Amino acid sequence: MTLDVSNLAVDTELPERARSLRRHVVRLTADSSGAHLGGSMSSVEILTALFFGGVLRVDPRDPESEGRDYLIYSKGHASASLYAVLAERGFFPVEELETYKQPGSRLAGHPSKEVPGVELATGSLGHGLPVGVGLALAGKHDRSDYRVFVVLGDGECQEGSVWEAAMCAAHYGLDNLCAIVDRNGIQEDGPTEEIMALEPFADKWRSFGWEVAEIDGHDLGQVTDALHRVPHRDRRPTAIIARTQKGHGVSFAAGMTAWHYGQLTPQQREQALGELDADAESSA
Amino acid sequence: MTRKDDRMSGDLLDAQIGRDLAGWFSDHGRSGRTTCRQAQLDLAHRDERIFSLEGDLGLPAVPFPDELPDQYRQIGIAEANLMGVAAGMAMRGIKPFVNTFATFATMRACEQVRLDIAYHASNVKVVGYYAGISGGWAGPSHHCIEDIAIMRVLPNMTILSPADAFEAYQATVAAAAHEGPVYLRLGRSDTPRVHEQGQPFEIGRAVQLRDGHDATIVATGGLMVAEALRAAELLEAHGVNCRMLNVHTLKPLDTEALTAAARETGAIVTLEDHNVIGGLGSAVASVLAQRHPVTVDRFGISDRYCVRCDDYEEMLSLHGIAAQDVCDGLLRRLR
Repeated sequence: MTLDVSNLAVDTELPERARSLRRHVVRLTADSSGAHLGGSMSSVEILTALFFGGVLRVDPRDPESEGRDYLIYSKGHASASLYAVLAERGFFPVEELETYKQPGSRLAGHPSKEVPGVELATGSLGHGLPVGVGLALAGKHDRSDYRVFVVLGDGECQEGSVWEAAMCAAHYGLDNLCAIVDRNGIQEDGPTEEIMALEPFADKWRSFGWEVAEIDGHDLGQVTDALHRVPHRDRRPTAIIARTQKGHGVSFAAGMTAWHYGQLTPQQREQALGELDADAESSA
Repeated sequence: MTRKDDRMSGDLLDAQIGRDLAGWFSDHGRSGRTTCRQAQLDLAHRDERIFSLEGDLGLPAVPFPDELPDQYRQIGIAEANLMGVAAGMAMRGIKPFVNTFATFATMRACEQVRLDIAYHASNVKVVGYYAGISGGWAGPSHHCIEDIAIMRVLPNMTILSPADAFEAYQATVAAAAHEGPVYLRLGRSDTPRVHEQGQPFEIGRAVQLRDGHDATIVATGGLMVAEALRAAELLEAHGVNCRMLNVHTLKPLDTEALTAAARETGAIVTLEDHNVIGGLGSAVASVLAQRHPVTVDRFGISDRYCVRCDDYEEMLSLHGIAAQDVCDGLLRRLR
């Protein structure tokens, strides 16, 4: 098997990788007609840990390689950070990111199957976990050792199909399935608890039969550690609730409902990139 | 023309699957939904990648979970998840048949069918039972007069609508052999045999069940094709000689057979237990408008929900889609 695992040092290289993804997200949000900045920024550490923290067994040169782990990015609206991590990991050239939402590009606002490394076209919420359950059921049946990771938005968990799938995964004891919820607390129209309350969120997953871990979703050590420990319990699916901040890493967007989706002005673009540079210097 | 003898030789299927359908039908009746599940089980015995998924609407008559528990998954009452699970399994080379009622398959879980299955050209076979008004007594929640319209507009989707239990078995075999999404439209109860003995089944190829020169009756699905044949007999008594086409594949449509029928018989009548909007009649009219324009009389449900329940056959008269209605309509037009 040629599947390789990228395994950067958690304390030094991973933070820089995360900053690099954020820089891409800033550029995509400024240089296109707009992007889902908030949810792309909140999922950066999750994607960094999956692709560079030694978690996902994938081969960028052979995206369909047999035996690979599956990443279903169910919160497809936050495509900017997904494209950024796929490009940096080598699934397609980093330069192609410049075509994001440009005429004729395969990098649409929501990811399609045309993009190398994208397993499932997503963006219509509530689709990823059922498909992940199907993949995990097939893996159990075939006695394959691949794992299935599904990244969900927290607002997405208002979709009934998420809970249909959650019930099914526990029923079949799918410990090869891991749901990572980007719990940034804000959906398009406002805070989740005002729009349609999700709490007690972890208890909901537990009561559905999942083994739940609640972590700081911007702490690369915690995220990487939680993902490495999957399954957290035999014969149970794992839910990792990653507490995050919408728009994390850009001061004026952090925690702001208004930056669920938008386009950065040239000034905002420079300010955001400057803040990321300053963060890099202070960490050096 | 009389109805076919109910005993079926099953010669073709003996060769393909080793199933003696004649004996099987005498024990199990002639409903498409039981037959389709039995076909799934027979196929699954031969192909370990064929799975049967159920949404808590299964039948004890077919012992799939007992015979092949590893290739059977009960998903419960959760159709959105059911479709997503099937799509996920298909990503691993499994060929799942998804069994539920037509209305739940095509409307409750429509967007899962669209994105997870049709868009991804996923190798999933969606089986919808209780299609049309075959639910009869079950009432409007279980009737399904919209499914053809919905499934026709999904790119990559093939739609099969067999005319009787024998053809339902063949359609299931054909669906399994076809690479890509298939919607199998099936009814509820036993239906009369209309199938010619040894008649081959080919996706996209309509079956001419009788020839004629005055008009062509085009029909699809269990009971509707039988009604069309009865209508042709009634018309024969009035001196009208009808061709009859069984359109068991609604997509892709057999445009050649339809165009030839329009050219050679001049008048076309369609019959379906589906809304007249968007179903067989619409599809046939679209083809002929471009290829060989003739008047197309469409018999179907007149864009309304069924407010009174009744036996399936009684409901056909209630909705003006029984053999006599077709006969009367065609006579009015031809005179």
